[in-house]
Amino acid sequence: MKIKGAIIAAAAVMAVSTAANAGTLDDVKAKGFVQCGVSTGLAGFAFTDANGVWDGFDVTFCRATAAAIFGDPNAIKFTPTTGKTRFTALASGEVDILYRNTTWTLSRDVDLGFTFLGVNYYDGQGFMVRKGLGVKSAKELDGATVCIQTGTTTELNLADFFRANGMSYEPVPIETNAEAQQKYLSNACDVYTTDASGLAATRATFEKPAEHILLPEIISKEPLGPLVRHGDNEWGDVGRWVLNALIIAEEKGITKANVAELAKNGSSDPEVNRLLGKEGSDGDQLGLSKDWAVHAIAAGGNYGEIFERNIGESTAIGLARGLNQLWSKGGILYAPPFR
Amino acid sequence: MSTSHEPFVATGDIPASPPPSSAVGPIAWVRQNLFSSVSNTVMTLLGIYVIYSLLASVVPWLLLNSVWNASSLQDCRSIDNGACLAVIRERYLQFIYGFYPNEERWRPVVAFVLMLVALWPVLFAGAPRKLLFGSMLYPAVAYWLIWGGTIWGPIAVMAGPIVGIIVYRIVDQVLCRLMDEGIAGILAVSGAVLVTVAWWLFAVAEVDSALAAVLDIGLEPVASDKIGGFLLSLIIGVSGIAGSFPLGIALALGRRSNLIFIKAICTGFIEFIRGVPLITLLFVASVLLQYFLPPGTTFDLILRVVIMVTMFAAAYMAEVIRGGLAALPKGQYEAADALGLDYWKSMRLIILPQALKISIPGIVNTFIGLFKDTTLVIVIGMLDPVGILGPIRADQNWNGIVWELYGFIGIFFFIFCFGMSRYSLYLERKLQTGHR
Repeated sequence: MKIKGAIIAAAAVMAVSTAANAGTLDDVKAKGFVQCGVSTGLAGFAFTDANGVWDGFDVTFCRATAAAIFGDPNAIKFTPTTGKTRFTALASGEVDILYRNTTWTLSRDVDLGFTFLGVNYYDGQGFMVRKGLGVKSAKELDGATVCIQTGTTTELNLADFFRANGMSYEPVPIETNAEAQQKYLSNACDVYTTDASGLAATRATFEKPAEHILLPEIISKEPLGPLVRHGDNEWGDVGRWVLNALIIAEEKGITKANVAELAKNGSSDPEVNRLLGKEGSDGDQLGLSKDWAVHAIAAGGNYGEIFERNIGESTAIGLARGLNQLWSKGGILYAPPFR
Repeated sequence: MSTSHEPFVATGDIPASPPPSSAVGPIAWVRQNLFSSVSNTVMTLLGIYVIYSLLASVVPWLLLNSVWNASSLQDCRSIDNGACLAVIRERYLQFIYGFYPNEERWRPVVAFVLMLVALWPVLFAGAPRKLLFGSMLYPAVAYWLIWGGTIWGPIAVMAGPIVGIIVYRIVDQVLCRLMDEGIAGILAVSGAVLVTVAWWLFAVAEVDSALAAVLDIGLEPVASDKIGGFLLSLIIGVSGIAGSFPLGIALALGRRSNLIFIKAICTGFIEFIRGVPLITLLFVASVLLQYFLPPGTTFDLILRVVIMVTMFAAAYMAEVIRGGLAALPKGQYEAADALGLDYWKSMRLIILPQALKISIPGIVNTFIGLFKDTTLVIVIGMLDPVGILGPIRADQNWNGIVWELYGFIGIFFFIFCFGMSRYSLYLERKLQTGHR
């Protein structure tokens, strides 16, 4: 697609030119809301409820960012972006921050001129099979027919995985997730492979989800995270530390329910006090109010609460924490200290 | 021989006997139309089978086993195995209005009703002609109702052409004394156009804020990103249709013009726009225009899209109308000239009425295509009905629903497109002059 190349080139040019006039945080404060780019609809991550209000895993992080700046999780406007428009929307300044399950890659970080602020979901490519097949591990998939979305990195990962394990497979190329769902359910393929969160969301839509299992192997790295334009480090810091604050909050046991009380009465843990603005000047350094993190946590709870409410095991999507568990509990979520 | 052979003379007509049942009546109709030959019989039976199997699966699914009261797809499935129409019951307002604020939703409804009123004199000859003036004001009224803000903005915009006409009158009168009438006319028209455009660009905002400071009449402003669903489709579709028709006529006439400059511009415009896919134009509207405009200008996305869609449809419209113009016998043009009519009069009174009549099917075809193309705005992240569907399906409660939602959208588009097509047939019949 030539046009796509042209747009991305233009986006890159724009990104370079906006680098000169930094100050997104001031702009955002002046207009009174954060413009957040989200997906046009991804189960569990971004969707609208019955009243037309945006909700979801990514959306809640956006709201926390808005709350940190304005003390109000509703001081935010959402721009639904597609896979094609997300980067131009960010580069042109149409959105201030992009929370759209975007994989952190070198070329996006360097060539397109964005800054990734961290990872809010560690995804990876997985496999779904019918329970009746009796397969317990992806290593037993020799000779299987696999539904695979063409032209994606998942296609390449799949080929690598099977070659590395000395197995053969028969690909069934498909275009969209909806098509894959239908092919898989009509037995056109034994296995469906895509990002594990997508597999879980897809399985949740089946009439009998219990008849299908996700295999334990994850064969690729897809770190999904928020991003902003290159060159505006103050704004990037705000987004990065809101994310970190929510992760630390889970580590320190600060929840939506007890954050107000902890902020009022203080805690025996000095880091909690620094985080919640009782001690130190973290807020001033970021250009925010003292209690910025209190508002951010009050918006949707800590990382664990956001995860459980939107995509966790109690929801229809039913994702396990896995890699997205805290480092102290066997995952790789690790936020730098507040000091 | 007294037997008189009086010849038998019928005293009246023999009453016509009814045609045999093999020629009329339901049985004959069935025979003639459905079972006239072996192959037709086979086709008829096949057709009946197809219709039956369609109905046999659709009717129970849609009517008998459908679920209207449920809070999620899982709920639906636990109640019955038919269509889960509860999702439409819960979300139909989102499909209609997008994210339009709840308490302001009467405004699009009023705008829609007024649109029907405004269309009445345009579409049907029976309506009072004076209503046409109301129709001309409608765009400003609809804009004000849907987007809100002060009432002075739309009034100032509508005042643009009036200012232009005044300028035209004055310049024309002054220049007529100084130079040749034709040149004076051209100068006056171009002056008026320039002044109107300048008015829109520079004066409207000033007039708006000045008058708003004096007398603040207005509605709660609603931002464009709140507008979605069928409302968005209708805004883009209706303004695209209304704008592309006059623009298309102008382009078609321009392309057939003898003035080389005008002809080159019109041909270039048409060929350029037709050579580019609509999606590309939409990307230009949403993304690239941002780069070209001075930083800080907020040029409404819906307005940008409407302009692009209008230009796109106008290029196609121009070619359809040019087809109509080309189909007229040369004698019609010559007859108009022979009557001594000038260019505009001959076009208005003789050529265009005939050419447009010929082009009706093509014109309506373009309209319908344009209306359905409005769903393409999803690629630039605008939430038209198909776009609204994404976030709804991403909701845990409704994740996995496909047919019900797409069907609902399909019905909406069918109603409007079928309506347009019926109207075009009505118009063709009404304008039938029996040349054929």
